[in-house]
Amino acid sequence: MSGPVTEAKLWYWQRVSAMALALFVLVHLATMAWAVRGGLSAAEILGRTRGSWVAGAFYGVFVMAAAVHASIGLATIAQEWLGLRAGPARALAAAFALALAVLGLRAVYALVAA
Amino acid sequence: MSEELVVKVWRGREDGAFVAYRVPRRENQTVLDVVTWIQRHLDPSLAYRYACRVGMCGSCAMTVNGVARWTCRTHVSRVAKGEALEIAPLANLPIVRDLATDMRDFFDRWARARGQFTGAATRHDDFARVDPASPARVAADAGIECIGCGVCHASCDVVAWRPAFVGPAALNRAWTLVNDERDTAGRERLRAVAGDAGCHACHTQGACTERCPKGIAPTAGIAGLKRLVARAAVRGEL
Ligand code: SF4
Ligand code: SF4
Ligand code: FES
Repeated sequence: MSGPVTEAKLWYWQRVSAMALALFVLVHLATMAWAVRGGLSAAEILGRTRGSWVAGAFYGVFVMAAAVHASIGLATIAQEWLGLRAGPARALAAAFALALAVLGLRAVYALVAA
Repeated sequence: MSEELVVKVWRGREDGAFVAYRVPRRENQTVLDVVTWIQRHLDPSLAYRYACRVGMCGSCAMTVNGVARWTCRTHVSRVAKGEALEIAPLANLPIVRDLATDMRDFFDRWARARGQFTGAATRHDDFARVDPASPARVAADAGIECIGCGVCHASCDVVAWRPAFVGPAALNRAWTLVNDERDTAGRERLRAVAGDAGCHACHTQGACTERCPKGIAPTAGIAGLKRLVARAAVRGEL
């Protein structure tokens, strides 16, 4: 899978995921600043996030955006710095994206599952 | 101002080395003046290139103290470190000899980015009337004064990393043409500049824009090309 159309699409996805991430990071930081005021403990956080669909959806999409964004960038760096060809670089990056998504979604699950 | 400059000049090809020369310091001396003085008084075999000496032809660019610059418009007082100068050929281009680089590959990339104008009118048609205030013409004008000096090309990391990347100057040229309402090869050109050999390889960090002696912003044109390519891809026109 290569060629200008693929590369244009990858660029588009990286851009869209970057915009999503910018928003998500801001919301995440604001929520943290607000939540931390009563003192922070694991039990307290879990008490609020367990069973919360909003937290689950928010961090689920957050994880997916990070996986998409980071892996497209890493595929580029692998080509430029390690001299890999586009195919192998993208395969490596896809594996990395999968790992990020699995680890991230597992963490989100632990956060919201009752 | 001291009496003398110590100037290290690259001699030979890729496997060459710096050779030090002592050059009298003068007021309002340019880096090109220094190189010319060395060739006229110390070593007539020194190879370098220039033509206009007034910043129009784009042939005199070299690496001065590590930074690509047009040497005819660069005053020694602005770039010398103490009284030391180090002058090397432009980076990212094959060296012919000493300070002269082979620019063929540089301009071949302009051709690969579809840098040729293609019009529909003939000499029998009237002049095209282009509104100078139209957004497309304003965008084209911003990049049109390129003198082909290669400073941006030599300053771009992606040019160094990706041998197939056409580079900022070629993409700036393509950007001026896609904004030229008389040109008829727009679609073909977008196809030529899309992808990792074209605009999508650019990291948007702006070394080219920072260094261009003509104040052109290839980075902005490249971002514009990315937007046009995305639009064309969405419409299935790529
Ligand atoms: S902005 Fe793009 S073209 Fe310009 S120097 Fe950086 S990577 Fe190269
Ligand atoms: S864009 Fe600027 S730096 Fe690049 S070749 Fe043209 S004039 Fe030189
Ligand atoms: S000699 Fe023509 S631009 Fe410097």
